[in-house]
Amino acid sequence: MKIDFSGLESTAPLCGANSEMFDGISTSPSFQIPDTTDFDDFQKEAIQMVKPAKGTTTLAFIFKEGVMVAADSRASMGGYISSQSVKKIIEINPYMLGTMAGGAADCQFWHRNLGIKCRLHELANKRRISVTGASKLLANILYSYRGMGLSVGTMIAGWDEKGPGLYYVDSEGGRLKGTKFSVGSGSPYAYGILDSGYRYDMTVEEAAELARRSIYHATFRDGASGGVASVYYVGPTGWKKLSGDDVGELHYMYNPVEPTVVEQEMSEA
Amino acid sequence: MARYDRAITVFSPDGHLFQVEYALEAVRKGNAAVGVRGTDTIVLGVEKKSTVKLQDSRSVRKIVNLDDHIALACAGLKADARVLINKARIECQSHRLTVEDPVTVEYITRYIAGLQQKYTQSGGVRPFGLSTLIVGFDPYTDVPSLYQTDPSGTFSAWKANATGRNSNSMREFLEKNYKETSGQETIKLAIRALLEVSSFFSKSDVSCVSTAMHDLIVVESGGKNIEVAVMTKEHGLRQLDEAEIDAIVAEIEAEKAAAEAAKKAPARES
Repeated sequence: MKIDFSGLESTAPLCGANSEMFDGISTSPSFQIPDTTDFDDFQKEAIQMVKPAKGTTTLAFIFKEGVMVAADSRASMGGYISSQSVKKIIEINPYMLGTMAGGAADCQFWHRNLGIKCRLHELANKRRISVTGASKLLANILYSYRGMGLSVGTMIAGWDEKGPGLYYVDSEGGRLKGTKFSVGSGSPYAYGILDSGYRYDMTVEEAAELARRSIYHATFRDGASGGVASVYYVGPTGWKKLSGDDVGELHYMYNPVEPTVVEQEMSEA
Repeated sequence: MARYDRAITVFSPDGHLFQVEYALEAVRKGNAAVGVRGTDTIVLGVEKKSTVKLQDSRSVRKIVNLDDHIALACAGLKADARVLINKARIECQSHRLTVEDPVTVEYITRYIAGLQQKYTQSGGVRPFGLSTLIVGFDPYTDVPSLYQTDPSGTFSAWKANATGRNSNSMREFLEKNYKETSGQETIKLAIRALLEVSSFFSKSDVSCVSTAMHDLIVVESGGKNIEVAVMTKEHGLRQLDEAEIDAIVAEIEAEKAAAEAAKKAPARES
């Protein structure tokens, strides 16, 4: 006896490439299905397509005298360099800095928002918020927007009652406490210089030079990083901008051109 | 969810919030509580009604901790106290979670006072009928603090304060006898203040007394009528047991007797 499939009939138009799978069952689903073979992961691919690659290099590390924060200043949209003068180190308040990696708008807005929250905490509690507290506030906000397309890879660096503090916070909702971080597409190159040159007891000048050199090296090798290498220092009295050098000039400073002997041209008689 | 929208606490024509004032009246009828701040010790003491025979006294703790470094004593409606204490304990942990730091005494006092105020300005609820004494050490700075809140939602810091029955007499005593103390001296001062009033209750249940401070009545059973807890930075909150309290009471009695004798001696000489 032939099985009665009349109940499965539908008038919806045929979509997608899976009608062949239903041998014997002459029907298609009554809802539209996406034009893909991978039904489970195609959404992930779509997010990956719009996900902005964090084209930048930022770094921060704690040493004996405080925290050193440095970043490049290039903004790129694919292969197009949209700006060479982006401020990637954001001043949350006079004793706390945040770095920008990922979506520029996301970073700027949420750092500004964090600055407001820190100030409100100060007014309500008559004392400054700790770096721990500030980073946790930001991490909780980013966690609540998880999966909605925010792109933020930031480091919160500051000096509070417990001394120097450094946290890495990202838009996936992660938050890590640490002494040395580098974020962005140029971070592997920056880590190379940073890891080999780092010592806990450096002077401020040595630490600044290490930070500068790490950023320079990342801009040298990574196409998405460049512009100006800014170096900030956070000490017991707050942050201070130490330098902002064009990486092109830094290149010739680190790799001076030897004047080659030019063959004397025969002078015209 | 349906909520009541009619307020119970409303202004009177001459600017009083009578519900709040009635709540203060409830506080005035509650058991006496005293708090004294020393340089390294803070002491909380409450008057205890004589133990009912069948009751398990351990379940009636009047001095509780809100966190490892904060303790609270109150005067007034104990059921209201339970609700407030539970909310405060949750807030202490919530603060630890969001800023990874323990609360300061001022923060949790502000929270409790804010809660008490909210209930004077919401629909369908009455104010909490209790005043609290909150003590503790701030994290990192180790500064000892004593705060008081009341049903209206105001709070302030004190060197020493009392609330509940006969709080005026106790406060007067403290004003006369307060000085910066530490350790055992702070405990003695708190117990002396309590003895000034709790003694009246072990003898007779008169609630309004107007005797002067120097008219001292000897306490026979001081240790049983008061509950004392001491907070230090190292050991946190420690409840004194009856034997300890009795020993301190005996010391206080001896000092009083010596002072009396000294007063009489020169008089005789002249």
